[in-house]
Amino acid sequence: MASVAYPVDERSVKALGLPSALHEWVITVDHKRLGIMYMIMTLVFFMIAGSLAVAMRAQLSIPNNTLIPPEVFNRLFTVHGTTMVFFVGMPFFAALANYLVPLMIGARDMAFPRLNAFGFWITLFGAILLYSSYIAGEGLAGHGTAPDVGWFAYAPLTERAFSRGTSTDYWILAIVLSGIGSTITAINVFATAICLRTKGMTLAKMPLFVWMMCVVSFQILVALPALTAGQVMLLMDRYLGAHFFDTQAGGDAVLWQHFFWFFGHPEVYILIIPGFACISEIVPVFSRKPMFGRIAMIGATVAIGFISLSVWAHHMFAVGMSSQANTFFAASTMLIGVPTGIKIFNWLGTMWGGHIRFDTPMLFCIGFLFQFLIAGLTGIMLGVAPLDWQLTDSYFVVAHFHYTLMGGTLFALFGGVYYWFPKATGRMLSETLGKWHFWLLVLGFHLTFDPQHFAGMLGMPRRIYTYAAGRGWEGYNLVSSVGAATQGIAILIFAINVILSLRRGRVAGNDPWDAWSLEWATTSPPAEYNFETLPEVRSTRPLWDLKHPEDPDWKFE
Amino acid sequence: MPEAAAIALPPIEETTLPDRGKVGLLCLILTEVALFSIFVVAYIFYIGKSLNGPYPKDVLTLPIFATICLLSSSATVEMAIRSLRKHQAGAFKLWLGLTILLGAVFLQQTASEWHKLITQDHLTIATNLFGTTYYALVGLHASHVVIGLTLLTLVFLIALRGFNLAGPQERRVELLSWYWHFVDIVWVVVFTVVYVVGR
Repeated sequence: MASVAYPVDERSVKALGLPSALHEWVITVDHKRLGIMYMIMTLVFFMIAGSLAVAMRAQLSIPNNTLIPPEVFNRLFTVHGTTMVFFVGMPFFAALANYLVPLMIGARDMAFPRLNAFGFWITLFGAILLYSSYIAGEGLAGHGTAPDVGWFAYAPLTERAFSRGTSTDYWILAIVLSGIGSTITAINVFATAICLRTKGMTLAKMPLFVWMMCVVSFQILVALPALTAGQVMLLMDRYLGAHFFDTQAGGDAVLWQHFFWFFGHPEVYILIIPGFACISEIVPVFSRKPMFGRIAMIGATVAIGFISLSVWAHHMFAVGMSSQANTFFAASTMLIGVPTGIKIFNWLGTMWGGHIRFDTPMLFCIGFLFQFLIAGLTGIMLGVAPLDWQLTDSYFVVAHFHYTLMGGTLFALFGGVYYWFPKATGRMLSETLGKWHFWLLVLGFHLTFDPQHFAGMLGMPRRIYTYAAGRGWEGYNLVSSVGAATQGIAILIFAINVILSLRRGRVAGNDPWDAWSLEWATTSPPAEYNFETLPEVRSTRPLWDLKHPEDPDWKFE
Repeated sequence: MPEAAAIALPPIEETTLPDRGKVGLLCLILTEVALFSIFVVAYIFYIGKSLNGPYPKDVLTLPIFATICLLSSSATVEMAIRSLRKHQAGAFKLWLGLTILLGAVFLQQTASEWHKLITQDHLTIATNLFGTTYYALVGLHASHVVIGLTLLTLVFLIALRGFNLAGPQERRVELLSWYWHFVDIVWVVVFTVVYVVGR
């Protein structure tokens, strides 16, 4: 199957100039354009929040540093965390799901296209609202105060008595808006996958990617309302004089933590499962083998979807729960390691004995596997309640969750971008720059986060803006800061790669990776109607059947 | 590509796919159930923890009439859907109008209950934990009734203008009736928690 060169989208050439092109993007309800806009939003806010992180690392590089004052540092880590979770991680899910789910199941668009557009714009508005607090927010320090309460904003410290002004309200409202957008995406993805599959695509033949996106949608629908409800209660406390989290009126100081983490822990899986979805598409194609243990993979994902709803209080071992509660949540945390382990073994089983191609998407997947495994192991350490009492709120925790979200989600994100960029734009990303990007990012990532484990075990608490010399933390912090700068360079290379490849990249053709799922059966970029003719689906790899009629998959499934 | 070696293709497996509106609405209901659950948990968690009065047993009376109105509106909206299916435009408008009336009476009952609580018993959202959780939970439900009533009224006005809602549009009205049933079922939970368990 030689791929046919396909001209780059001609609409952009014929456009009547910038205003009308912009107008087209603003009014669009096309799932592909919305997916691309979500992806641009993801990458832009990733770079913004990433620069906040680099600023924090600069402050922490040497002891007793005075580069950034403490009140500014508090805003930095709050906005960094909030952005990365709600305006990078969530739009990343929405970007992938919007662009790929309809293409993979052979649909014309999402189930509710107009609702979809509304979801994007309200998410973007939430992000802008959060950042506008840097100009308009008010706090103890006066005008221009961004939220400084941390990304999980424990009440009662966010009550009016302790968080004066409006900066906390910017945080609350930005996240409520983002929640509306995520809920809309979840409803849309679920309805699309259930109701709009092409002929022959039974649920058993649906791509793993789509299965996983459905599980994420389910988690969003069940877990996100806990956060929204908590935010509404907090707003009532702050503006109507209610007492949900007001300890002086008999309110409970731990209730917010329960509501927040009932959302917060499933959220971790909401952020990582889209990564799993990318890995599950990329690893088989670059190992030239069908997915190993496909059914077990679906089962493991669904199991994670349910078990993740019962582990939330392992974030709260240190607040003084009963020992029964501690035991339960430690046990459920161990339990969720089982389906996650099944997944890792299935990806390895897929690679085992395959003709592995080490293109950039696959490199990112392999990086993901190593790093996510370590993240899982430190996660099990933290799930042991007594050890957590020692390590809680230390840099060990910071290192652990950056290993999952950066070493895991972000590496999978880049793998996905390198894999599907040709489909979305018609051009390949440069492999040379891609390899520079990958290796520098791996180097920077490990320089940044490996030492933080040790700093944490030596007692360095998270969220401190500086530290005294002579505690044995200096070396670890310096290396960590050098690593952050290295990561910054890697990300710049990625940005350059995207810009250069958009203009001069090799023309991709319809199916540059010789892949097997339906999105590669149409042109790159796909026309507005997606498919002129749809391949018939008789197995989990419809394009394999088409390319190899002498040895089709459906004979063996 | 060795076409000659190709094997006769098996027939494509038939799939019957559900209606996207129904799946979408069920997803919405799922997420709403989760939202209400959190408020219900907060209510139950704070039962008996108010530091000062008024307490539920002093001020709350069972809203029997309002409950009868709201629950029977589920039956009337179902009757409306059935007449729509049988293309009985007059009966549809009648049942739909009755549904809206019953919903409005329920809201009026809630309003007068709140009026009594605020003016006579001096219970506001800021008085104590009972007030906080009571107004939040009952208010959340009432706001859902308002949304449902608004949509039902919209459909009613469209029907009054002589627009034929039978046929392809029927599905949408039916989805709205699902939402209305959901609002009614939530009231059973709220009623049990607030007026039976919490008292």
